[in-house]
Amino acid sequence: MARTTTDAGRADGTPLPGPAAPVAPARRGVSRRDLLTGGLVAGWGAAIALGVDSARRPAPTAATPAPEPLNGTVVVPFHGPQQAALTVTPQTHSIHTALDLRPGTDRAALARLMRLLTDDAARLTQGRPALADTEPEMASTPARLTVTFGFGPGFVAAAGADVPAWLAPLPAFSIDRLEERWSGGDLLLEVACDDPTVLAHAHRMLRKDARAFTTVRWVQQGFRTAHGTSAPGTTMRNLFGQVDGTVNPAPGSAEQARAVLRSDGWLEGGTTLVVRRIAMNLDTWDEVDRPGRGASVGRRMSDGAPLTGGVEHDDVDLDALDGTGLPVVNIAAHVRRARATTPDEVFYRRAYNYESETDGAGLIFTTYQADPVRQLVPVQQRLAEADLLNTWTTPIGSAVFAIPPGCAPGGYVGETLLEG
Amino acid sequence: MNRRTLAALTLTAALALAGCSGGAPDAAPTDAAPAPGASGASTALTLADGWAKAAPSGMSAAFGTLTNPGTADVTVVSARTVAAARVELHETTTDASGASVMRPVDGFTVPAGGTRELAPGGDHLMMMELTGPLAAGDELTLELTTSDGTTASFTVPVKEFAGANEHYEGHGDDAEGDAAHGTHDD
Repeated sequence: MARTTTDAGRADGTPLPGPAAPVAPARRGVSRRDLLTGGLVAGWGAAIALGVDSARRPAPTAATPAPEPLNGTVVVPFHGPQQAALTVTPQTHSIHTALDLRPGTDRAALARLMRLLTDDAARLTQGRPALADTEPEMASTPARLTVTFGFGPGFVAAAGADVPAWLAPLPAFSIDRLEERWSGGDLLLEVACDDPTVLAHAHRMLRKDARAFTTVRWVQQGFRTAHGTSAPGTTMRNLFGQVDGTVNPAPGSAEQARAVLRSDGWLEGGTTLVVRRIAMNLDTWDEVDRPGRGASVGRRMSDGAPLTGGVEHDDVDLDALDGTGLPVVNIAAHVRRARATTPDEVFYRRAYNYESETDGAGLIFTTYQADPVRQLVPVQQRLAEADLLNTWTTPIGSAVFAIPPGCAPGGYVGETLLEG
Repeated sequence: MNRRTLAALTLTAALALAGCSGGAPDAAPTDAAPAPGASGASTALTLADGWAKAAPSGMSAAFGTLTNPGTADVTVVSARTVAAARVELHETTTDASGASVMRPVDGFTVPAGGTRELAPGGDHLMMMELTGPLAAGDELTLELTTSDGTTASFTVPVKEFAGANEHYEGHGDDAEGDAAHGTHDD
């Protein structure tokens, strides 16, 4: 087994050099090892994907400056101590899929399942076809493809392990209008990529290999600001036009690690994930003028800066009063109600927008935290009690998963639960 | 990553490191290391990216990439597994009516320093009379014997697969009937 890149540098991945994307190592800071190992992958992918056509392409002359690598060639390492959803800057497209185990799927079957899915993920994310891949060419441009696995309570129980108390539906909140079709699930696949075609292929490959063991419970497809649209690090906007996700630990940061990582048993180095589907009523939001929108959020719609001034990432001054002695930030503004009141209430968000004619519009609100009950529930409870945005938003789905740690080459995700 | 890819692409990488200024590779790499544990050059045949098709009973097939890093051609002449009464070496071809059919061959020759793909719609290892279900995620061990009498074992995962449905061109019988003779159980 050759590994494609160093695990320490997962972050946003490294480009695969190859005929389709001449690499400029100095400009990208690609290590010699990255280049070498990336070349291993590119050659194979290129052999399949480019074939004769590439041979006819004129070779760049020495005087031509090497262009930036194509984003399609960028690889996020699969193997590592954490699964990739924690460490990668969110990709443009994401599919969260919840599967239910078929009756009789026992511990041994779960190990077989996770070995198959891990192998698929390890190959596809590195730009290589899965075994038995019927469309191998579609794996050759991974475009920061990542696959992250999560286990619901049914999975852990089927593995014969004790189900942690937090691995259960969140307490019912007064604002919830949860639908079964968007809630629960035994096994979560989160597949994310900057390219929707590559994503669809990887998702289908995983679904095919899960089919003998599982049935589909729900599929949530989402999108956020596309690669290349805005400067890297720009906070996304949701479909209300709101700058959404300003206060959030950086992927792979020490702050994030403190907020999300667990240190117990089979979840050591893992975390937990809550997936909430939040319907957003764009029609009634249309009735709200910009001052009302800003007041509801507590931030300027134009740039996400606090209503109390400054720029987006400045702190909100919740004590500021206006000329009449009223708080500048409404007592029920979203930013006031959602803000962490203790260090425990910091978690990592990785949200995606959704919009379709059949399912309406909203947010796939995902949070990673060490303990959802201790960290997320207090915040959700405050928002349920008062948040001006509740006028236009409704939680319609909710699911909680354990996110096991990542694995090393030769291992598989879930081995800490399913082996020994 | 499989050995073939490693070998073939080390060359690609070497070219990349040299500044991408070279032309196309003009020779296959011949310096690939033998498989760890291989006891001699003739046993260094490898099967990379191997897998087998899940089946509840009857027949199934196994695939992968055979690589011969040695300096002489190697021919696989037989294969066996505890999962099937016997294993045949099959090629896939087109019959007079244009239909895709598969039929037994005497061997799969892997050229020196080269590879041979076993894939749905092409050459494959055909397992007859499965001794039990081949379920998704199972591991299947195949033992290949080459013309010089050496053997090598490979363990591959079993995957569900909708393809690999070529008609079996046996001896005028259906596969089950054909499988009733000529078995060589251990």
